[in-house]
Amino acid sequence: MAEKLLEVKNLCVSFKTRKGVVRAVNNLSFSINHGEVLGIVGESGSGKSVSMSAVMGLIKDENAEVTGEVLFNGEDLLKKSDEELRAIRGKDIAMVFQDPMTALTPVYTIGWHIREQLQLHSNISDKDAKARAIELLEEVGIPDPAKRVNQYPHEFSGGMRQRAIIAMALSLNPKLLIADEPTTALDVTIQAQILDLLERLRKTHDSSIIIITHDMGVISELSSEVLVMYAGRMVERSTKSSLFAYPQHPYTKGLMNSVPRVDRARTSRLETISGQPASLLNLPSGCAFRSRCSSAHAACTEQPVFTADSNGYGAACFLLIEGARS
Amino acid sequence: MLVSISILVFLIFFATPGVDPAARIAGRNADQLTLQQVRATFDLDKPIHIRYVSMMKHLFIDRDLTSYVNRGAEVWPQLTQAIPATLSLVFGAALIWLVLGLALGITAAGMRKSWVDPAIGIIGIIGVSLPVYWLGEVVNLITQGRLHATLFRWVPPLGYVPFTESPGGWFLALLFPWLTLSLLYAGIYIRVVRSEIVGLMQEDYIKTERAKGAGEKRILIKHASRMSLITVVSLFGLDFGALVGGSALLTEVVFGIQGVGRLTFTALQNFDLPLIMATVMYAAFFIVIANAVVDLVYAWIDPRVRRG
Repeated sequence: MAEKLLEVKNLCVSFKTRKGVVRAVNNLSFSINHGEVLGIVGESGSGKSVSMSAVMGLIKDENAEVTGEVLFNGEDLLKKSDEELRAIRGKDIAMVFQDPMTALTPVYTIGWHIREQLQLHSNISDKDAKARAIELLEEVGIPDPAKRVNQYPHEFSGGMRQRAIIAMALSLNPKLLIADEPTTALDVTIQAQILDLLERLRKTHDSSIIIITHDMGVISELSSEVLVMYAGRMVERSTKSSLFAYPQHPYTKGLMNSVPRVDRARTSRLETISGQPASLLNLPSGCAFRSRCSSAHAACTEQPVFTADSNGYGAACFLLIEGARS
Repeated sequence: MLVSISILVFLIFFATPGVDPAARIAGRNADQLTLQQVRATFDLDKPIHIRYVSMMKHLFIDRDLTSYVNRGAEVWPQLTQAIPATLSLVFGAALIWLVLGLALGITAAGMRKSWVDPAIGIIGIIGVSLPVYWLGEVVNLITQGRLHATLFRWVPPLGYVPFTESPGGWFLALLFPWLTLSLLYAGIYIRVVRSEIVGLMQEDYIKTERAKGAGEKRILIKHASRMSLITVVSLFGLDFGALVGGSALLTEVVFGIQGVGRLTFTALQNFDLPLIMATVMYAAFFIVIANAVVDLVYAWIDPRVRRG
């Protein structure tokens, strides 16, 4: 178990609201090894971003309750004080957010932001930090970095900003990079460049990456393992290749079928997953996907157990359990 | 812009019913002959555009424009005496309310979960709801009344002491007017700064900072408060311009300061067009200046409005 970088066990996040308790994440368990890329897929509200905020200790709301264990290098982050977490955030675990247009304080230069990140965790002089910032910008492919380092965020395009943000996130060689929909707000051509960049930097900086997305294309591009979430629960976990070849959970199949593919005949319309995402406020008993599932049957009124093989791959669906029995 | 304001003031004045400057200059019950003489000397018998040009010439070029009342007192000396008083009053008060507003507003936003925030909120509400004239009178009652003999012996009598005459006297004479005037604005600024920062703390870049491992204090000061300055500056430009332009009238009256607000007030009461024209032009001028300064400060604190 020593090589596991991050191990999340039975993570639950709930928020008390006036309308009741919202169970945003339910019993989530997963792990990631050094140098791996884990993709977390799911639609909006499936708990993927919230679970990552919980891992980072960024859930500050007094109405929130976070339980479970988040073991990073064997230490439980949920038990650490704010001070201790702050020393880890940015240094050992870095994060890249969805919208590069709003992710940087507009009144400071790009170089200032990178310098701040460096100086928060090390005693580097202003001059050295700036030199390092220029190097980093060059590394992420920003042309004329010596000039760009003195420019403000609004002088950068969206793709360039995301590059700069990635440069900032990787400036201290974090062991883990959490990328929360890093390409969603960008043009398709820029998306591909950013994904290539992440893949290249993962190798040179020797970091693991957790990439959160609802885009199967991003998953196929980058990750080696995939975790599918629905209504706060992990419904399927698999390697990328087997997920794309043999999706097991009906929800995963639905996701696959709703993506256009070049290797299939063009049918008239893409399939959709009918119905509405389950409300986290009022989770139905049993399988949360039941009401939208074409294979739903009597057994589904109970919560299916996540059936996994020895590698931890598997799905939470009665079809599998029954399939295994028969 | 200043030209159009002057024309507007001029036209409104002569369009006001019951206004005959000649009658005012000549005094009550003047006979027709005197009225005609007065009209001739003050150019009041000329067409309106000639009158306008003549007034502007006297005001800005010859600087010898005289009032319609007070036996032809010149306008310029009155204005140049009033301006330093008003500027002293407003600059001092502005300094106090900016410091108080920012310090307490930031503190309140930073201590949102403790009793400090509501306590500062109450101070802010008190500041906003006390009328300046009432507060000023109460302050006067305390500092100039019975306690003047003992506790507040150091407080000079009401009125303005020019800085050039005695810097110490200037400071003491203005201390309570400053505090009185600034309390209202400090109340407003505390509330604006606090709510602005609370709103800014929801921004994405604050989330980025937390993920970078920055401390809450650093996030509050270096990021949220820094961003809130943009709003504070635009608000300050408006308030400051208006006050310098004469809105400090109530404070000036209560504390017996012969400032621009008071001058404007007297001029309006007397239908004294030359003086009205002079104070309005002065006010407009300062509001334009204040706006220009705000634009410069804006560019300095917000790189997004700088030109490439």
